Amino acid sequence: MASPLLEMKDVRVEGRTGEAWTEIVHGVDLTLHRGEVLGLIGESGAGKSTLGLAAMGYARPGCRISGGAITFDGIDLRAASDATLRGLWGGRMAYVAQSAAAAFNPAHRLIDQTVEAAVAHGAHGGASAREDAVALYEALRLPDPGEIGFRYPHQVSGGQLQRVMTAMAMAGRPDLIVFDEPTTALDVTTQVGVLKAMRDAVERFDTAAIYITHDLAVVAQMADRIKVLRYGDEVEEAETRAMLDAPREDYTRSLWAVRSIRKPEVTGGAVQLAIKGVDAAYGTAKVLHDVSIAVPKGRTVAVVGESGSGKSTAARVVTGLLPPTSGTVEFDGEALPPTLKARSKEQKRRLQMIYQMADTAMNPKQTIGEIIGRPLSFYHGLSGAERRARVADLLEMIELPPDYADRLPGELSGGQKQRVCIARALAAEPDLIICDEVTSALDQIVQEGILKLLMRLQKEFGIAYLFITHDIATVEAIADEIVVMNQGRVVEQGPKSEILSPPHPEYTELLLASVPEMDPDWLTRQTEGA
Amino acid sequence: MHPVLKTVLQRLGLGLVTLFLVSAIIFASIELLPGDFGEAVLGQAATEETVAAFRAELGLDTPAPLRYVEWIGAVLQGDLGTSFSGRNASGVDRSRPVADLIGPRLGNTLFLAAFAAVISVPLALILGITAALWRNSLYDRAVNAATLTTISLPEFFVAYLLILLLGTLFPILPSLANVTPDMPLLERIERTALPALTLTLVIVAHMMRMTRAAIINLLAQPYIEMAILKGASPRTVILKHALPNAWAPIATVIAFNLAYLVVGVVVVEVVFVYPGVGQLMVDAVTTRDIPVVQACALIFAATYILLNLIADIVGIVTNPRLLHPR
Amino acid sequence: MTDRIAPTPEAAALSDPAVSVVGDARVPKTWRGRAWTTLRSAPPTAVFGMLVIAVYVVTAVFAPLLAPYGEAAVFPTPFDAWSSEHPLGTDQIGRDVMSRLIYGARNTMGIALATTVLSFLIGGGLGLWAVIAQGWTDQILSRVVDVLMAIPALIFALMLLSIFGSSVLSLILIIAVLDSTRVFRLTRAVGMGVVVMDYVEAARLRGEGLGWIMRREILPNIAPPLVAEFGLRFSFVFLTIAALSFLGLGIQPPLADWGSMVRDGASMIQFAPYDLRMGLTPFVPAGAIALLTVAVNFVVDWLLHRASGLKE
Repeated sequence: MASPLLEMKDVRVEGRTGEAWTEIVHGVDLTLHRGEVLGLIGESGAGKSTLGLAAMGYARPGCRISGGAITFDGIDLRAASDATLRGLWGGRMAYVAQSAAAAFNPAHRLIDQTVEAAVAHGAHGGASAREDAVALYEALRLPDPGEIGFRYPHQVSGGQLQRVMTAMAMAGRPDLIVFDEPTTALDVTTQVGVLKAMRDAVERFDTAAIYITHDLAVVAQMADRIKVLRYGDEVEEAETRAMLDAPREDYTRSLWAVRSIRKPEVTGGAVQLAIKGVDAAYGTAKVLHDVSIAVPKGRTVAVVGESGSGKSTAARVVTGLLPPTSGTVEFDGEALPPTLKARSKEQKRRLQMIYQMADTAMNPKQTIGEIIGRPLSFYHGLSGAERRARVADLLEMIELPPDYADRLPGELSGGQKQRVCIARALAAEPDLIICDEVTSALDQIVQEGILKLLMRLQKEFGIAYLFITHDIATVEAIADEIVVMNQGRVVEQGPKSEILSPPHPEYTELLLASVPEMDPDWLTRQTEGA
Repeated sequence: MHPVLKTVLQRLGLGLVTLFLVSAIIFASIELLPGDFGEAVLGQAATEETVAAFRAELGLDTPAPLRYVEWIGAVLQGDLGTSFSGRNASGVDRSRPVADLIGPRLGNTLFLAAFAAVISVPLALILGITAALWRNSLYDRAVNAATLTTISLPEFFVAYLLILLLGTLFPILPSLANVTPDMPLLERIERTALPALTLTLVIVAHMMRMTRAAIINLLAQPYIEMAILKGASPRTVILKHALPNAWAPIATVIAFNLAYLVVGVVVVEVVFVYPGVGQLMVDAVTTRDIPVVQACALIFAATYILLNLIADIVGIVTNPRLLHPR
Repeated sequence: MTDRIAPTPEAAALSDPAVSVVGDARVPKTWRGRAWTTLRSAPPTAVFGMLVIAVYVVTAVFAPLLAPYGEAAVFPTPFDAWSSEHPLGTDQIGRDVMSRLIYGARNTMGIALATTVLSFLIGGGLGLWAVIAQGWTDQILSRVVDVLMAIPALIFALMLLSIFGSSVLSLILIIAVLDSTRVFRLTRAVGMGVVVMDYVEAARLRGEGLGWIMRREILPNIAPPLVAEFGLRFSFVFLTIAALSFLGLGIQPPLADWGSMVRDGASMIQFAPYDLRMGLTPFVPAGAIALLTVAVNFVVDWLLHRASGLKE
């Protein structure tokens, strides 16, 4: 085989914390051949972005490449001068960032930004560079390729911006592109199209790429090989198919931990919560249209939808934070007053809520004991030793040691914080808990733990969950029933098995078809189907 | 209507409303005067008739809103009323129109402020931008330490320090800034050098720190990293990618500090006995010459509002989101 | 950015969430213990600042014991040179400068402190009210503050002093009211940031009363930036009062204060070429003002750094 395009040996990167330097990438090797796509996958803190940027010989402000060798097509990037690196960047090496909205300069037209590097490197004159940019827009299936470049970044949607950024990277016909979580910020139905466009472009120009993501199903569509990183160390590397079929390390398997949960579906039973014909609006903007959802006692109803579908607004109506403009919310057969103020303490107690960001859901100045203990005193009048004992019980239920009662939220990990929030809701002894994207901010393995805990608590205490999420894998894992929402309307509601199997209404079909599967051929099948 | 024009007009309207309210507050201050105040101005020996005549002259018997309209109308025509000083108990009135008192002094104050601004604005921007570009370098740390210290020093401390060093121990500049209208420009600049230098030192520290913070914030934007990774040279990054987005924060910094200059001028004028509006106002406060105080306050406040208004408008007309609506 | 600098402790959650431990360094349980840990972590500049402040406070409190002479005691020789009898000489009417400097600590700092406290009571109280009430109350309060802040504080203060006259009481009231606008803005901004937090919503959903939410959820979380702001406001108020006194419009004789001491001593600068120490006399009170401001700024810098969450 020919010599590799990129070779990284024992690469180390340090980050500055105050005056001291801490190593964040601990000696990783990486080899990439021409035309090859390598997936870099890992959870938060894995050092994957840092390593991806190091592949270009770049370290963010506050970081430095402290050891190892990086050779790009015979050029030693660590020894290369700034001028040499500038000559490579935007030309033979390109970068596609996570948030296209932030990575485009708001002051310039898209086409000027697209051709900037190509013109500066002397690859093109201005006019031919622009023609080429339009051709690239077309190749990336952007609507109205001749005109879209003359818009400013804020005039274009997120999915389109991400394609323009890929075109910008392609403009210099690079040998290597580093994609840094390019679809993470996009809705799932938007993501498919962008993935397809990016993969086709990479194939067409035979570009080598490093594709960074935390989503194994996504990277499986894009990469020939996958490297798993964790805390700045390599866990394993393998051909994509081999890794999906038979991962060598347990950690790799844990990356799709949520997909391994499959709660047996139980349906029917008396209704705990019924949202009936609810319309709601923020000011004059109507966001919910005739929404009806029923949650049976002791069951999990998953409300699934993309951003702007109104799923979180529905939760606000249930809690009384946003009184509906029409329609009612019934709890255990009784109509709930529309505003929070008008509801009794008992009504509030029976309906609890858990938030997406456990960080902001707990007062950072109160200890875990105070946080969990407050509902105990408030609703049940517990105090002193009785309250302490009950807090210890609750901590045990969420699998945390009793001495955590003295800690502050800041001393807990993300998963532990979410557990404490669950305990706080549990302390009220509710009939129903609204879970608003409770696992979205967490790494897979932590998600799995939280979901299993929620399922166990449901079994023990018969609590019903109204589970709001955008993630189909989570829905498949824990739901009894599913509600699909789109643009403020309920598309359909029914038992999990029914909703997930055809025939589907159009939107459900689109949503389900957009969720990447753990199969390298999935995207190809989608392309053919489309 | 184009969104830029619309936003600018809204902002101008808001500025006018603010100016109106501020003028109303300044006017209303006279209402708060204690009842025996006529005697305070005219002296203990004032007869009831002279006090009554004085009150009538002030129009204290007509309703306040009506008087406000008259007052603001007169102000708009350049009539700032009549000074309280120069009157006495016997009813002899040698008082002068406030406009005559302020007129020549306003020119002096503007000259001093402009002198300080011409030096300090470019200097602070250069220091701030270079410190941001070479942040955490020895240069950055040195500039930071120096400015943090300067910020903590009261203006009069800086002023007297300069007098001590450059006026007394090494007498190269005059410590008294007594300028006259017929003075040639060069001599005027020499006389005004120390007060201008004092103001410069105080302003530069503030402005440099704010510029540095604004630029660092700008350079942390993802699109700057993107430009670097497109192979743009540091020059291109700054000129093409940072600068077009920097006008709003820089305008805010400059306006804030020029406004600060407006206030700093009061103390500095007193230290150097400079015949400006600031000193006039301090004297008027001491003698409780309300019409003069009101006029000075109105001038200072209007300048202050105008500067902030200009900064806002610069921010609006350079905002790409408003320039190129969806 | 997806990659954090330090590895998260999520690792432990993989095998058994129950045993995961966050580092070895446990934070002490009592607030006193925490305060002590915090103090020990202070950088040298902050320590220096706190020491200077402590010296000033002691001087102010024990002024009558420390001062060699009385505050207004007059000696026969005005503008006397520095000597063992009068360590910093005498002023223009023959009062001992050293004694006036020590008493000045009491007056200047005491008045500035009273003003700042009052300013926080007004501004902080109204700011919290705006945060809680939202809607119209907030709009009206904010607009009024906008207009008041459109007049430069020193100019506004001069205008009001010309009307009410210069007494200690009017000085405190006027500056406190003017300065409270800034406190209002900060309290409101910080408070608005806290009110939208999920934990406040959680407390509302639980059915907690307004008092509890204010006391337990909002106040503890807006306190750190407000404490830092207190330092900043104090030094600003202190400088404003010093400037007014310097202009002859602030603290009035016979009370000793540093601003007017600078003004009274200013003419001595011309003696510098003949007797340098005498020429330096006005710089002693001016330096006292500057040193305290520097010290407060150092401490505030550190507090702000901590409040912004850059603890480690």
